[in-house]
Amino acid sequence: MQLDSLVDAVRTAYAQRLPLRVRGAGSKDFYGGMLAGDVLEVGGYRGIVAYEPTELYLTARCGTPLTEIEDALAEQGQMLAFEPPRFGVATLGGCVAAGLSGPRRQQAGAVRDFVLGAKLIDGTGQALNFGGQVMKNVAGYDVSRLLAGSLGTLGLIAEVTLKVLPRPVAEQTLLFEFDEAEAIARLNAWGAQPLPVSASFWHEGRLALRLSGAAAAVEAACRRLGGTPLEAADAFWHSVREQSHAAFSASVLWRLALPSTAVEPGLDGLVAIEWGGALRWYAGEQGAIRGAASRLGGHAVLYRAPESLRCLEGAFTALPPAMLALHRRLKKAFDPKGIFNPGRLYAEL
Amino acid sequence: MAPEQSRFQTDRALLASRLRGILPPHCLLLDDEDLRPYECDGLTAYREMPLAVCLPETEAQVVDVLRTCHQLGVPVVARGAGTGLSGGAMPHAQGVVLSLARFNRILRLDPQARLAVVQPGVRNLAVSEAAAPFGLYYAPDPSSQIACTLGGNVAENSGGVHCLKYGLTVHNVLRVRVVSIEGEVFEIGSAAPDMPGYDLLALLVGSEGMLGVVTEVTVKLVPKPELAQVVMASFDDVGKAGEAVAAIIAAGIIPAGLEMMDKPATAAVEPFVQAGYDLDAVAILLCESDGTPEEVAEEIARVIAVLNAAGASEIRVSQSEAERLRFWAGRKAAFPAVGRITPDYYCMDGTIPRKRLAEMLSAIADMEQKYGLRCANVFHAGDGNLHPLIMYDAAKPGEWARAEAFGAEILELSVALGGSITGEHGVGIEKINQMCVQYATPELEVFRRVKAAFDEEGLLNPGKAVPSLHRCAEYGRMHVHQGALKFPELERF
Repeated sequence: MQLDSLVDAVRTAYAQRLPLRVRGAGSKDFYGGMLAGDVLEVGGYRGIVAYEPTELYLTARCGTPLTEIEDALAEQGQMLAFEPPRFGVATLGGCVAAGLSGPRRQQAGAVRDFVLGAKLIDGTGQALNFGGQVMKNVAGYDVSRLLAGSLGTLGLIAEVTLKVLPRPVAEQTLLFEFDEAEAIARLNAWGAQPLPVSASFWHEGRLALRLSGAAAAVEAACRRLGGTPLEAADAFWHSVREQSHAAFSASVLWRLALPSTAVEPGLDGLVAIEWGGALRWYAGEQGAIRGAASRLGGHAVLYRAPESLRCLEGAFTALPPAMLALHRRLKKAFDPKGIFNPGRLYAEL
Repeated sequence: MAPEQSRFQTDRALLASRLRGILPPHCLLLDDEDLRPYECDGLTAYREMPLAVCLPETEAQVVDVLRTCHQLGVPVVARGAGTGLSGGAMPHAQGVVLSLARFNRILRLDPQARLAVVQPGVRNLAVSEAAAPFGLYYAPDPSSQIACTLGGNVAENSGGVHCLKYGLTVHNVLRVRVVSIEGEVFEIGSAAPDMPGYDLLALLVGSEGMLGVVTEVTVKLVPKPELAQVVMASFDDVGKAGEAVAAIIAAGIIPAGLEMMDKPATAAVEPFVQAGYDLDAVAILLCESDGTPEEVAEEIARVIAVLNAAGASEIRVSQSEAERLRFWAGRKAAFPAVGRITPDYYCMDGTIPRKRLAEMLSAIADMEQKYGLRCANVFHAGDGNLHPLIMYDAAKPGEWARAEAFGAEILELSVALGGSITGEHGVGIEKINQMCVQYATPELEVFRRVKAAFDEEGLLNPGKAVPSLHRCAEYGRMHVHQGALKFPELERF
């Protein structure tokens, strides 16, 4: 597939004011608002365009499977440090559009922290280049970072440049028996110390803590923290990253982003805690969950649910009116006729 | 002056009377002698007198000032400590300077949650000082950190010598509270991850005061490493030093800091700070490792092996905290040290892919001949951010114009080599023409639309950061597309 064919498709949609539903591999069709518009398949626009291990960047087309990218990185001892879920087939474009980060986020940062540049086809069908391939670049507004988590509503993310990092030399996972409150307290206490904690996952009274870094640092931290070493830790973290772990199996699943120190919000159905306490997963229909999250200074995403419930609740916490108006003006700056993924982020966008 | 200037015609008397109605006398400067200190920021070559300087003490006053300026159609330039190096805080001749200097309180420091809520006029270093008793610090450390403010850091997306490992301002700010030109207050981001909606924080950080005025910032604090040590390596060739940098990264090491200085820079610095630099070296590298003592020992050993293999002629490792600070003191004092050996200097801020370093430095050497000016180079080698210091004498006719042309050529070469015109100092007024080189018309058009989504009338910091189409046409330079200059056959070095 050529860039021109994507540009042509967008130009046609622009001319005819036809909504487009941009789709990479469809691995995250469950996520966000309703799916609307004619499907524009972009998975065929794929391939790694440039990869310079010593410059710490990789540029690839949007349809490139994450597994292909990560295989290329692994050959050079490098990785996508934000550990995005792959759900088997996920593409780079979808990864950036959804903005979902994985277990290592608490240590390494989120998708947006690794976006260095992007080629974007805007709502009029222009192919635009923002950012670049260097680590530091403050010329112009940081449009490429803005695309992370925009769910494709600002334009077709055709190509992305990501910062990549070396894989840690050593990793070790420790298990602890803690209840929810103690897990949150310990995670925050450890977070304030110079410990190489790279991931945490609490489920049913058991906390798994991953340490990553220089071999000596990981060994020293293990001695200091105690706990029980976990065998087959790679498979375990894979199940967390890909959400194939039993904790994520509920048909209605909420994702609460909170300040890491937030107390227990007074809700039933907690199934998992990640990111040092900043990400908490709840199962089941929850009437009071959005209010509870807001009171604690965070927000709740209806992550996985039947369509009827998603229609009723909206996937994401509603924006205050002035903020929504600003979002609409921004959307219009990129997509004047509103053709890209209408309603996928908010019904009004 | 640019057409952005002629767009505004402010009724000075009306503006003064309206501002007197909303600010107490000690928060408002209107006389020329009081306005004079505000006529420029750290880029002193560009100056402009504002009509008024507002020094509000409360967010409500900020809102009132912005609403008033919005009603009257008066430009507003926000200002922190005025240490910026791209003229981003240079006043507008028809406008108001909105100084956040009195927003200087740390509102909350939460060691458990590892964050600090600060006002925008708080100095960068003050945050780390306040966090120190808890074993925490704020990671971005621009060289001006004793003076520069968090509000200015947010505006410029400031970096420092540790950003390869710890990130830029954009990676370390969790939330900002912003007032729009219309006086509307927005909360953007929070202590919780992944804000709902668009990542406006990514847009706000580095927006150079063009989108809104920050009244509060929440920053992330990180645990202070137990130990830091620095390796200093000498090289007899700049190319070898550049390859050593790539070899360190290729070995899977992300140092806490990785800096390079060339011979003119070390020669300027050494008499000033006695850092103990090897003055025979053509280039020196400073490579810092931090972490637990075990981690640092392991990493330092690997760094030394890589540097030896890369042909370092001498290697020294700091043996104490005092020695580590002394090695860094030279790097951190590079700008003032160069300031001692020349009446004036002009600091550039391009970024390039690290592998093009030797090419860039040899081109700069040719430019020194071409423009008849000397240049010392300090380089955030780890992240490809070059700070050539062009030495000139403003008192000599024509020298500033030559320095400016020298700088412009470096920036345009940065773009041609696959980099950017600015890594951390911002575009401001200084690099406004080179924006026409880095970006093509359609991208600039998008920037203008983004700006209009926040500030429809273009009253916040007009004439900075994003050039008008007219300006690019006047400058007449071509956009360099993906490293390929048009007319590649033309001599450009």
